[in-house]
Amino acid sequence: MSGETLAVSNNGHEVSYLDYEGKHKGILGWLLSTDHKRIGILYLITIISFFAVGVTLGFLIRLELLTPEGTIVGPQVYNEFFTLHGIIMIFLVVVPVVPSVFGNFFLPILIGAKDVAFPRLNLLSWYLYIIGGAMLLLTIVLPGGAPDTGWTFYIPYSVRTGTNMIFTLTALFIVGFSSILTGVNFLSTIHRMRAPGMSWFKMPLFTWALYATSWIQVIVTPIVGITLLMVVIERVFHVGVFDPTLGGDPILFQHMFWMYSHPAVYIIIVPAMGVISEIIPVFSQRTIFGYKAIAYSSLGIALFGSLVWAHHMFATGISSTAEFVFSLLTFLVAIPSAIKVFNWTATLYKGSIKLDPPMLYALAFIFLFSIGGLTGIIQGALSVDIYLTDTYFIVGHIHYVVFGGTGFGLFAALHYWLPKMFGRMYNQKVAKSSFWAIFVGFNILYFPFFILGWMGMPRRSYHYLPQFQLYHVISTVGSWIMVTGILIMLINLLTSLLKGKKIEEQNIWGGETLEWKVSTPPTVENFEEIPNVVDGPYDYKQNEYAELEEEVK
Amino acid sequence: MSTQEQAVVHEHRDDIRSRMGMWLFLFSELLLFGGLFFMYSVYRYTHQQDFSIASKEMNTFLGTLNTVILLTSSLTMVLAIVAMQKGKRILSIFYQLVTIAFGLTFMVNKVIEWTHEFKEGNFPGSEVLSSRPPGQILYFGLYYSMVGLHGLHVLVGMTVIGFMTVYTIRNKITPENYVKLEAAGLYWHLVDIIWIFLFPLFYLIT
Amino acid sequence: MEEIKTHDKKTHSYGIYVLVWLTLVALTGLTAAVAGINFGKFSILVAILIAVVKSYLVLTEFMHLKSEERVFRVFALVALLFIVISLTLLFSDYSSYVR
Repeated sequence: MSGETLAVSNNGHEVSYLDYEGKHKGILGWLLSTDHKRIGILYLITIISFFAVGVTLGFLIRLELLTPEGTIVGPQVYNEFFTLHGIIMIFLVVVPVVPSVFGNFFLPILIGAKDVAFPRLNLLSWYLYIIGGAMLLLTIVLPGGAPDTGWTFYIPYSVRTGTNMIFTLTALFIVGFSSILTGVNFLSTIHRMRAPGMSWFKMPLFTWALYATSWIQVIVTPIVGITLLMVVIERVFHVGVFDPTLGGDPILFQHMFWMYSHPAVYIIIVPAMGVISEIIPVFSQRTIFGYKAIAYSSLGIALFGSLVWAHHMFATGISSTAEFVFSLLTFLVAIPSAIKVFNWTATLYKGSIKLDPPMLYALAFIFLFSIGGLTGIIQGALSVDIYLTDTYFIVGHIHYVVFGGTGFGLFAALHYWLPKMFGRMYNQKVAKSSFWAIFVGFNILYFPFFILGWMGMPRRSYHYLPQFQLYHVISTVGSWIMVTGILIMLINLLTSLLKGKKIEEQNIWGGETLEWKVSTPPTVENFEEIPNVVDGPYDYKQNEYAELEEEVK
Repeated sequence: MSTQEQAVVHEHRDDIRSRMGMWLFLFSELLLFGGLFFMYSVYRYTHQQDFSIASKEMNTFLGTLNTVILLTSSLTMVLAIVAMQKGKRILSIFYQLVTIAFGLTFMVNKVIEWTHEFKEGNFPGSEVLSSRPPGQILYFGLYYSMVGLHGLHVLVGMTVIGFMTVYTIRNKITPENYVKLEAAGLYWHLVDIIWIFLFPLFYLIT
Repeated sequence: MEEIKTHDKKTHSYGIYVLVWLTLVALTGLTAAVAGINFGKFSILVAILIAVVKSYLVLTEFMHLKSEERVFRVFALVALLFIVISLTLLFSDYSSYVR
C-alpha cells in the first residue's frame, strides 16, 4: 500500500491507475494488485469471457431446437449444453458481474474512499472466483463429462448421474465463498469508509443497491454452499441426507436450494437496478424522483426476496399452508420492484432526455424488466403456476428478468462507465445500432417462449411436437440477430479501448455523483484529498439555479 | 512488511472496521451451520422415533466433557486478549497455547468417539448403518456431517490461533494493536457457540 | 476525533470472565442433568432454551457484543431473525407433513 502512496507522491499525484507501476510490473502488476480498480478490470475480463462461453452455448441450444428432432447434437450433449449454459450464466456471470466489476471499481469512488475495506481479501475473492470457474470448465474435458442435471441439481438425479457432479458442486461452493467475501468487503466499506459528510442518504443509489445485495450475499449464500456440499458428501461418503434410498427427502433439497437461489435472483437484479437509478437522472438531467423510496425498496427487496423461495415448488406437493404463505409473500415482493419502476418513469417526466447509448439500454431495462416482473406475478398465482410449471413460460420469464434486466443493466453500465474507466470513448453510432439489434433480437428470441409455454411446451426438452416448430424457428432467428448485436457491441467497446477517441474531461455525461469529479481515468488513489460531501448525489436543480443566476448576471 | 508500510497501515487503521468484517464473516459461518440446523430440524420432526432411538447411543459423558473443554478454551482465549490489553505479552502467549491445547484435547476425544462408532460398523455407507431404518441413517448422516464440519472448524481455529501466537512472538500483535488476536478470538467463540447447540441436539435430546 | 473512537480500548478484568465461564459450566451441568428427566414435548424446548442462554453469554461477554457499537447488535439481530423466520416458513410446509 505504502509503495503506491510513495510512487504517487514522487510523480506528483497525477498517475492513472492504468499507467501506474508499483512493486510488480507488467502482468503481475495486475494479477497481484490490491487496487480495487484493477481488480474490477480483472473481473471484467474474466466475466466477459465466461459470458462469451454462455452466449455460445445458448446459441447452440437455439440452433439445436430449430427442428423437432435432433439437429446438431445428441440428447446427452444437449442436456450438458443447457446445464452448463445455466450454471455459467447464473453463477459465473449475472450473480457476480455488476457488484464485482462496477461495484469494485466505483463503490469506493462513489463514497469518497481510496479503496475497499479489505483490499487483499478483495484480490482473494477474484482468485477464488477464477479457481471455481476454471474447475467448472474443466468438467467439459474430464472423463464423465459436463453436468447434465440442469442448473438446479435436483435430487435424486444429481446423486445418480455419472457426470462430473462432485467437481461442479465444489466449484460452485468456491465461487459462493468468493461471493460471500465480496459481500463482507462491501458492507464494511459502506459502513466504515464513507467520506466526511457522506451520510447514508447522500449515498448514490447504486451504493444502496450494492448494500442490499451484499446483505443477501452474506446471509443466504452459505445456505446453498452447505446444501451443495452435502450433495458432494452424499456422493463421496454415502452419507444419508437427501437421497430417498437413504431415507432423505428430495423436497428438502429443493427448499434448501431455493432458499438461496431465489434471493440470488435479487443478487442478480438489484445491482442492475442500482445502475439504472444512476443512469436515468443523468440522462434526464433531473433529480431522481423518490430517492428514499428507491433506497428503501432495495432493502425491501432484499428482505422479502429472501422469504419467497418455495414459489418454485408449488407443483411438488408442499403443504397448502406453505403454498398460501409463499404465494402471498411473492405478491408482496412485487411492491418494492414496482416502486422503483414508477420512480424511474416519474424521473423521466419533464426531464431533458438525451438518448445516448447508456440511456437506451436503461430504458430497455425498464421495459423488459416490467414484462419479466409481470410474468413473474402470473406464476406467483397458485392455480396458474400449476399449469405453467416447467414450461417455456418460466424460461421466458427468467430470461426477461435476468437477461432483459441484468444483461441490459450490464450493457448500460458498460456504455456508461467504460469511457470513465479507460479514458476512451466508443463509437456512439455503432453502439446505438448494436443496441437496436440486441433489443429487437432479444424480443424475437424470448417472446415466443411465453406463447410456447402457454401452449404447453416443456422446458429442457430435446424433442418437441411439430406444432411448436414455428415458434422455435422464430426464436432461433431472433438468437441470430441478438448474437450479431452482442458481437458488434463487444467489438465496438473493445476497439474503443485500443483506438477510441481519448477523453480528458472528468464529467463525460453530466453526472453529479463523485466518480465524475475525479480524473479520467481515475488516479491510483482516486482522490488527491478525501472530499467533503455537501450536496446530495442528484442535485441537478442546483445546476439549473446556478445557470439561471449566470444568465441573469 | 517494511516499517514504512506499517506506518501507513497504522495511519488508516480502523479496528472497528476489522472487527465488523470478522463479524459479517461469522454470520456467514453461522448460516452455513444454519442450513444444517434446518435439515436437522426437519428430519427430527419427520422421524421423531428413529432420532430418539439413535441419540440414546451417544456417549453423553464424552459429549459433556467436550462441552466443558470448549467452554474453558473460550475462557482462556478471552483471557489471552485481556492479558494483551494489560501489556502482558508472555501471559497472553501462554493463554493462546492453552487454548490450542484445549482444542487438541477436544479433537482427541472426537477421534475416540468416532473410532468407537467405526469399530461397531456404524459409519456412512457401511452395511450396519444402511440396514437401519431411514430416520436413523439420517440421524447418523447429520451427526457425521455436522460434527465433522464443526471439527474442521476447530482445526481451522487452532491453526489461526497458532498464527496469532507466532505474530505475538514476532511483535506483530502488540498491546497497542491486537485486533488480529481479537478477530481470531471471535472465530473461536463462534466455533464454541455452534458446539453449544450441537451438544444438546445430538447428545441430550432423546 | 473519529480516530480516537476507532482505536478504542476496553479495559476488562479477568474476574468477570471467570464468572461468566463458571455460569456456562453450571448451565452445561444443568442441561446434562435435566436431560434425564422426561419433560415430554418440552425436553427439546428446555435444552434449546439453555443453549440459547449460553450462547447469549458467549456473544455478549466473550465476544464483547455488549460493548461494541450498536450496529453490531443490529447485524446480529438481522442474522438471527433471518434464521427464525426461514425456519418458520420451512415448517409452514413440514408442519403438515404427509409425504
